[in-house]
Amino acid sequence: MAEARRLEGRSLMRRRAGPRLWLSAVWLILVALAAVFAPLVAPHDPLAQDLFAGRLPPFWAKGADPLYLLGTDSLGRDVLSRLIYGARIALTVALIAGLATAIIGSTLGLAAGYLRGWVDVVVSRAVDIWLAFPPVLFAILLIAVLGTGLWSIVIAIVVIDWTRFCRVVRAEALNQSAMDYVVSAKVAGRTRLSTMWREIAPNVLPTVCVLLTIEMGIAVIVEAILSFVNLSISTDAPTWGGMIAEGRTSIHQAWWVLVFPLAILFLTVLSFSQLGEGLKDRFDPVLR
Amino acid sequence: MSAFLEIENLSATLRRHPLRMLRSVSLSVPAGEVHGLVGESGAGKSMIGKAVLGILPPAIGIVEGEIRLDGEDLLKMKPADRRRAIGAKAALIPQDPLTALNPSHRIGPQISDRLVDILGWERTRAKARAGELLAEVHIDDPDRVMESYPFELSGGMRQRVLIASAFAANPKLIVADEPTTALDVTVQKQILKLIREMQKRHGTAMLFVTHDLGVVSKICQSLSVLYAGKVVERASVAEFFAAPRHAYSRALLAATPKYTDPGSSLVPVDSAVIEAVAAEIAASDREWRHAG
Repeated sequence: MAEARRLEGRSLMRRRAGPRLWLSAVWLILVALAAVFAPLVAPHDPLAQDLFAGRLPPFWAKGADPLYLLGTDSLGRDVLSRLIYGARIALTVALIAGLATAIIGSTLGLAAGYLRGWVDVVVSRAVDIWLAFPPVLFAILLIAVLGTGLWSIVIAIVVIDWTRFCRVVRAEALNQSAMDYVVSAKVAGRTRLSTMWREIAPNVLPTVCVLLTIEMGIAVIVEAILSFVNLSISTDAPTWGGMIAEGRTSIHQAWWVLVFPLAILFLTVLSFSQLGEGLKDRFDPVLR
Repeated sequence: MSAFLEIENLSATLRRHPLRMLRSVSLSVPAGEVHGLVGESGAGKSMIGKAVLGILPPAIGIVEGEIRLDGEDLLKMKPADRRRAIGAKAALIPQDPLTALNPSHRIGPQISDRLVDILGWERTRAKARAGELLAEVHIDDPDRVMESYPFELSGGMRQRVLIASAFAANPKLIVADEPTTALDVTVQKQILKLIREMQKRHGTAMLFVTHDLGVVSKICQSLSVLYAGKVVERASVAEFFAAPRHAYSRALLAATPKYTDPGSSLVPVDSAVIEAVAAEIAASDREWRHAG
């Protein structure tokens, strides 16, 4: 009886995970599809300039050209196509930087929280020192050293943001280490490393997943910030941050060049964080 | 014949302070026998069990003594050898069934992994044996339970699972650390019965940590009474309940509520008895310091 109720409770919770989870998932899938099939879905070449068709408004406004759905920028480049190609860069950075940050930060946090001792001392002090740097300045400094380019951005994000995972996972691993199942594993003759990976790691995984989605959102923002200050990829490559920077200069003549990339950026980052929250509701072992 | 577990002159202190947590503890558990460790909260009952299994908290260090498991002194071994020896010969029934199972693994693998790790069995054989073990601890539907996660089971069920997994790899010694304290009274009785049944069937020696003398009288053959980390009396259960020798033991026994006489009021342990034990302990500490 109690068993039946518990199972029912679980499926109820699944249903309740509702709109937040799937709305954000749908948006991200849409962005991902656009990124993957960019050459097929983009109506124009994102780099093609048409100086005679500069600053055309979006399709509903007066004087619009239906060929350019969301209008054009001051060089006559199609805003929609640039947004679609921009998704490629944004998502590539989000995925690679997010995963790399998660793996490196979580492993260090797990080791610090479970092994304690000198590992914890070294890792925790490193985190403290890291957190004393202002992140954006740190990123700009790193890019200045590494040079611009996609990989530089990824490396910069990993180097700056591993602490986010490290701190949270360390605390979680500390918590889990106090549980009796860890003691039981020790009595059963498990080595510390095997206990760490087989017993503790699966229990911090839900937390890591939630953080990962948040981190992906952050990666998108960082990439946009670096593009905004022109430290991302080559200047004319279609990045959301670069578009925002261009749009800012012509806000009075062509608001759409600024507003559309801003909206897309906002929705994407929001979706990432909401996806994380939704996943937590559904998979958090505490709620389970 | 020497006993399966022999603890001799074991003292443990806080690592940063020479305060003794265990005071020259000696006891022995012959193969197949259940030895009770009783005492108040903080008397060091659990700590002895933890010392045997090598799971003392990092802040506590063993400063002298021997713990011989099957004739081998665990404290003289290299850490890796000790870990393997304990894994192969001993097991733990923990106090709190709610945190003693890994929440993210299914029940089946949590039992069968021990057979794979310790006895080197194949997965399929280990899995079949895990099912048998669950049936042995009177779980009605072993196949379903094997596929369940711990959060899907009640506290009593989880304790049964933990008992099955403690007995899984045929240990010769099991430390039961207050295995029923976290359960409600009706379940306690069943679990105790189950532990005794499993112990008899497998012929496992046990170190049974409890503060309940009633439980000791039912399940143990011998016992040690602890006060402040010192064994004040070691006796067979028959001797002890007939005529406890130490004044503290007598006071403890007198303080046990009697269900046969519901009208009687509870008897506290007399302060004079406590003072006497404290003086005894202070004397032994002085002696120990001089020797050290």
